[in-house]
Amino acid sequence: MPVVHKTGTVKSKQGSNTQSQKAPAAKPAKAASKKKDEEDGTEMGEGDEWMQGKTLIKPLDQLDLTEAELKEEFTRILTANNPHAPQNIVRYSFKERSYKPISSVDQLAVHFVLEGNLLHQDSDEARRQRAKQGLPEEKATVETAVAEKPETPAAGGEDAGDVEEGGGEERADSVESKAGKKEQKITNQFNFSERASQTLNNPLRERGCQTEPPPRANFSATANQWEIYDVYLEVLQKQEKNKEKAKAVPKKDDDKGKKKMMLVETQSDDITKVAKVAKIIERMVNQNTFDDIAQDFKYFEDASDEYREQEGTLLPLWKFQYDKAKRLSVTALCWNESYKDLFAVGLGSYDFTKQGRGMLVFYSLKNSTFPEYIYPTTSGILCLDIHKHLPYLVAVGFYDGCVAVYNLKEETLQPIYKSTAKSGKHTDPVWQVKWQKDDMDNNHNFFSVSSDGRVVSWTLVKNELVFTDIIKLSLAGAVSEGPEGVQLPIMACGTSFDFHKQIDYLFLVGTEEGKIHKCSKAYSSQFLETYNAHNMAVDAVKWNHFHTKVFISCSSDWTVKIWDHTIKTPMFTFDLNASVGDVAWSPYSSTVFAAVTTDGKVHTFDLSINKYEAICQQPVVAKKKTKLTHIEFNPVYPIIIVGDDRGYVTSLKLSPNLRKKPKEKKGQELPKGPEVEIAKMEKLLSLLREPENSNA
Amino acid sequence: MQFEETLKRIQTHKGVIGTIVVNAEGKTTLDNSTTVQYAGLLHQLTMKARSTVRDIDPQNDLTFLRIRSKKHEIMVAPDKEYLLIVIQNPSE
Repeated sequence: MPVVHKTGTVKSKQGSNTQSQKAPAAKPAKAASKKKDEEDGTEMGEGDEWMQGKTLIKPLDQLDLTEAELKEEFTRILTANNPHAPQNIVRYSFKERSYKPISSVDQLAVHFVLEGNLLHQDSDEARRQRAKQGLPEEKATVETAVAEKPETPAAGGEDAGDVEEGGGEERADSVESKAGKKEQKITNQFNFSERASQTLNNPLRERGCQTEPPPRANFSATANQWEIYDVYLEVLQKQEKNKEKAKAVPKKDDDKGKKKMMLVETQSDDITKVAKVAKIIERMVNQNTFDDIAQDFKYFEDASDEYREQEGTLLPLWKFQYDKAKRLSVTALCWNESYKDLFAVGLGSYDFTKQGRGMLVFYSLKNSTFPEYIYPTTSGILCLDIHKHLPYLVAVGFYDGCVAVYNLKEETLQPIYKSTAKSGKHTDPVWQVKWQKDDMDNNHNFFSVSSDGRVVSWTLVKNELVFTDIIKLSLAGAVSEGPEGVQLPIMACGTSFDFHKQIDYLFLVGTEEGKIHKCSKAYSSQFLETYNAHNMAVDAVKWNHFHTKVFISCSSDWTVKIWDHTIKTPMFTFDLNASVGDVAWSPYSSTVFAAVTTDGKVHTFDLSINKYEAICQQPVVAKKKTKLTHIEFNPVYPIIIVGDDRGYVTSLKLSPNLRKKPKEKKGQELPKGPEVEIAKMEKLLSLLREPENSNA
Repeated sequence: MQFEETLKRIQTHKGVIGTIVVNAEGKTTLDNSTTVQYAGLLHQLTMKARSTVRDIDPQNDLTFLRIRSKKHEIMVAPDKEYLLIVIQNPSE
């Protein structure tokens, strides 16, 4: 019935929900068929749509409903519940002593039961049956077999054909029996038999050979920018060396010599490099030990100078001493122009009776415990000078009249040049040496002055010192009778000299008689001028660094005098109450100078502040008996070094008051440079000159 | 010769507690355990410091290294083959 098919889909129209479709299709179909009976009208309407052309047949027992009733919608819900199943089964619960409804009721509705007659083959019943069946079957086969046997002998007597037939029957029977047996066996229709065959396996043999492993070495390195740079540098150096070798014509001997040189160089490189490292460490250790002194040197400025109007102080810094130089006096001091922390100390003795050995020692401010260079000498040193441009050349004058030149770069402790009796050495102690500018042949040369009255110029020509007498200091008017009636001029003893800063040929010589002679390199016998300076030997004569006309002199007659070289009398005279050993101008101001006396004091003067008195008078040495012998200003730093007769060198820092520069006027820029200094000095001098002129 | 003299002077200097000379591989002559420890550690530190300085400018090189601690100061000066270490107590 086509409508039955439809019922499956009609449900949706009626709004019914199928909750589950557990039941087989027959059930809903049955349920739907019931509904169908009730409402055929609509169905027929549906049917109408489906089957056009069929007329509407109203059954007799159909309900008559009104339109409204017809349109009333009934909701039918399909559930899997059994409508016949009771919904309110109750059971008595003994626990609660009341009747309780059972929550779940068995909803199974059985519609049809048909008992089958199949038995499982392994069940008891099946076995029993089989047993019953099996006996009659076996009997049947045995019977047939027995039947065959009598048949065959009987058949034996018959024709061969019969036998064959019998045989065939037998075979057929046997086949049947076999088949029967086989049937009993129940074979799998998918009969799978495995067929495998094995070939002969060749015996396996292992063969190996081993070689010696290549030598291995572990290598690790880093490739930084600087390592690459180093390698490039090496390659460059090698290339340059090769170029040099290519240029020079090598002989076999030279090659050998070069090889030796190379070896020596490498060895010395090692030693020098390690020595350098040790030096650095030593300086560091010293810096730590003397840390406060180093800090003072660099940064300390005496604040109390603001309260002291004009006076200043000297702050002691490092003290330099060398064990082996304890009994010697400091006879010369000189700062190195190129290395501002390096200075040379000449050690010897001023005492005529105690002449022995001497020493040339170099100290650096960075290491106050041990000298940088040490040169022992046979005779006491009295003076030294370091070349301005070649900081490794040092000229030295000895007590025995020799002069020598040392080269600091050389490893040896001997001077590279030394004057001997043949080469014109002085016959008396050499009191002062000074380097000059290179002469026209570009040879280095220096001057020396000595008590034998000669001012000699020494020139370094190749390997020799060539001397030239520049001037002979003769006492004016004094003539002595020599042997054979020849009149010999008595020589004055030169004790100090100084060359003019700008005018090359002009120089001053101080003598033991207390006179200062102004000389020129050009004139060998005549003085340009003579000043009656002092009553005793002139210990030092120094030109002013800035003002070209001014020089200063000091003497053992306790005085320090400042001169203008155009005027015969001194501009300033200072009495220091003790024999003055040395005097020095400051490199930073034209009016500041310092003097040392044998009573252990350093006197510092600034003429622009106080024209009559020292602005600082300070004893510098611990023991009162020590005499100060020399003083030098450092060209750059505000420190001075002072040598004494016990072999010590003390360094002192100048307080700000001692380093005053002219005050700035408001609004005006401070003019700097030597002109200021010159002007300052000039002003002072002019003040002095005017009253003189007026007096004159 | 000069090196040995300088080294002697350093050792006898005021406040110096000890000096160690380390070669390029990091071995010392005295194999005291502390010495070996110092040598190894400072060797590495110096290499690192030198590497830093030279990485910034290959033409530059490390001159020395100071490590100041509460108790004392360690100063290291490197060289191509050697390393010189000095331990000083600066406050003495």
